[in-house]
Amino acid sequence: MSFSPDDVKRIARLARIETSDAEAQATQAQLNSIFDLIATMQAVDTAGIAPMAHAQEVYQRLREDVVSETDHHTAFQAIAPAVENSLYLVPKVIE
Amino acid sequence: MSATSLSALAAQLAAGQVSSRELAQQYLDRIAALNPALNAFITVDAEKTLAEAAVADALRATGRAGPLTGVPIAHKDIFCTDGWLTTCGSKMLHNFVAPYDAHVIQQFKAAGMPSLGKTNMDEFAMGSSNETSYFGAVKNPWNPAYVPGGSSGGAAACVAARMAPAATGTDTGGSIRQPAALCGITGLKPTYGLVSRYGMIAFASSLDQAGPMAPSAEDCALLLNVMTGFDPRDSTSLEREKEDYTRDLNQPLAGLRVGLPKEFFAEGLNNEVAAAVDAAVAELKKLGATTVEISLANSKLAIPVYYVLAPAEASSNLSRFDGVRYGYRAPEYGNLDDMYCKTRAQGFGAEVKRRILIGAYVLSHGYYDAYYLQAQKIRRLIADDFNEAFKVCDVILGPTAPGTAFKLGEKSDDPVEMYLNDLYTIPANLAGLPGMSLPCGFDAKGLPIGLQLVGNYFSEAKMLNVAHQYQRATDWHSRQPEGLL
Repeated sequence: MSFSPDDVKRIARLARIETSDAEAQATQAQLNSIFDLIATMQAVDTAGIAPMAHAQEVYQRLREDVVSETDHHTAFQAIAPAVENSLYLVPKVIE
Repeated sequence: MSATSLSALAAQLAAGQVSSRELAQQYLDRIAALNPALNAFITVDAEKTLAEAAVADALRATGRAGPLTGVPIAHKDIFCTDGWLTTCGSKMLHNFVAPYDAHVIQQFKAAGMPSLGKTNMDEFAMGSSNETSYFGAVKNPWNPAYVPGGSSGGAAACVAARMAPAATGTDTGGSIRQPAALCGITGLKPTYGLVSRYGMIAFASSLDQAGPMAPSAEDCALLLNVMTGFDPRDSTSLEREKEDYTRDLNQPLAGLRVGLPKEFFAEGLNNEVAAAVDAAVAELKKLGATTVEISLANSKLAIPVYYVLAPAEASSNLSRFDGVRYGYRAPEYGNLDDMYCKTRAQGFGAEVKRRILIGAYVLSHGYYDAYYLQAQKIRRLIADDFNEAFKVCDVILGPTAPGTAFKLGEKSDDPVEMYLNDLYTIPANLAGLPGMSLPCGFDAKGLPIGLQLVGNYFSEAKMLNVAHQYQRATDWHSRQPEGLL
């Protein structure tokens, strides 16, 4: 595995993190050494092994379809960067 | 400070020798004196602490005190705490005052334990040295030129310096046990699912688990009694009967089978750490334990597996930080997409960004099977090794970390070198098993050495007793750094 600075910028784009050319350059070397470490698991034969997603075999619980939450929007929106009329403000998306 | 064990403090409170307000003030004074040098706390709010202590005193006055009512505790800044700044060590949340309490915080409030403040940590719990915190590195109380470990480094340092009698921590790949080892205290990561993750800012949800950090195993048992319990708000919280984790604390160790994984004593382990761990094994044998060599053959793959799974989960969990609903928002931006990209570029530190990129990559189209699925399959192999081992032993013992504390800055430029610190702690997270670290000696530089115990699922009471019996026979856990005050 070997990342180019362009690869880094492409992944950063997927993750919505603005990345300059200089940052991509610096990150590239670090990601390459991390993926060299990760590559050591590629040689393991895992045919027939069931993937383990979780430590405990737990399933989503069902509950009665009743209201369990009360309205906290004033408290929650009090800490938002920009709010007006109980709406979160962001740059215009639709002209 | 003289008496600092939780049971001793609780006895003093019960006897009326000290009030919760007086006790809280003593610790606040010590924090005020030591924190400027150690940087273990991000937020201290004496007024809030004393108000909570007054509530504890009122509970006691009306005969409603529980076992630890009035004993103060410090909380890792990963737990949402109503009305308190909750930063997770990040610029992204530098202004986030939580609008509700995490389950863990609720449990301690219900027990009447006042909060001494919020402890420093690696940003979003990603780090093994506390150097990734936006609020600056924590210093190791045993030698301020050295790191305290991470990510719960502020918690470990504040307990080691007796700025708090106990602290909460969280452990995704060793974040309770490794700093406990490097700071010479006791810390326990419970079985996955025992402590609710509600209100605990998520890093890697299938691995994250909160636990207690304190000088002794007895303290940790008392704290675990408070922290555990079913919570329907965490979909992975286990519905189990509440246990008393102090119940086995005076059982003899005769007949205890201690498994020694040969892979944990192999190349890469520092000689002084190896010698201290060997001496601890000899001590347990004197107490009646027997040893058996075991193999955790796949544990050597724990680091590569972890650095696929944890970043994958993190890249998903941290997508919520977009500058819309809470926390940091970039001051200047163009359209919505630009706002997201600039907010995240400016709000996250380098290590967090690195892990998000790793996660985004391993989950991306065409790479999922080769990385994510392969890592999940090896995760099962690692868990299966433990299941086999527990057929022949009751508890697994080894070093917590390959070495003692390292100097600030020594490993911060090399992520891979930093990741290797968690070589022995990650396997228990991947398997979901309980693990703990307890002090077992010092190196030639006077830095603490940690001994790790890993138990079978739900065997916390037994592990705590093994640690307790060891701590009755030794005094490593009661040593305190000199020259602080």
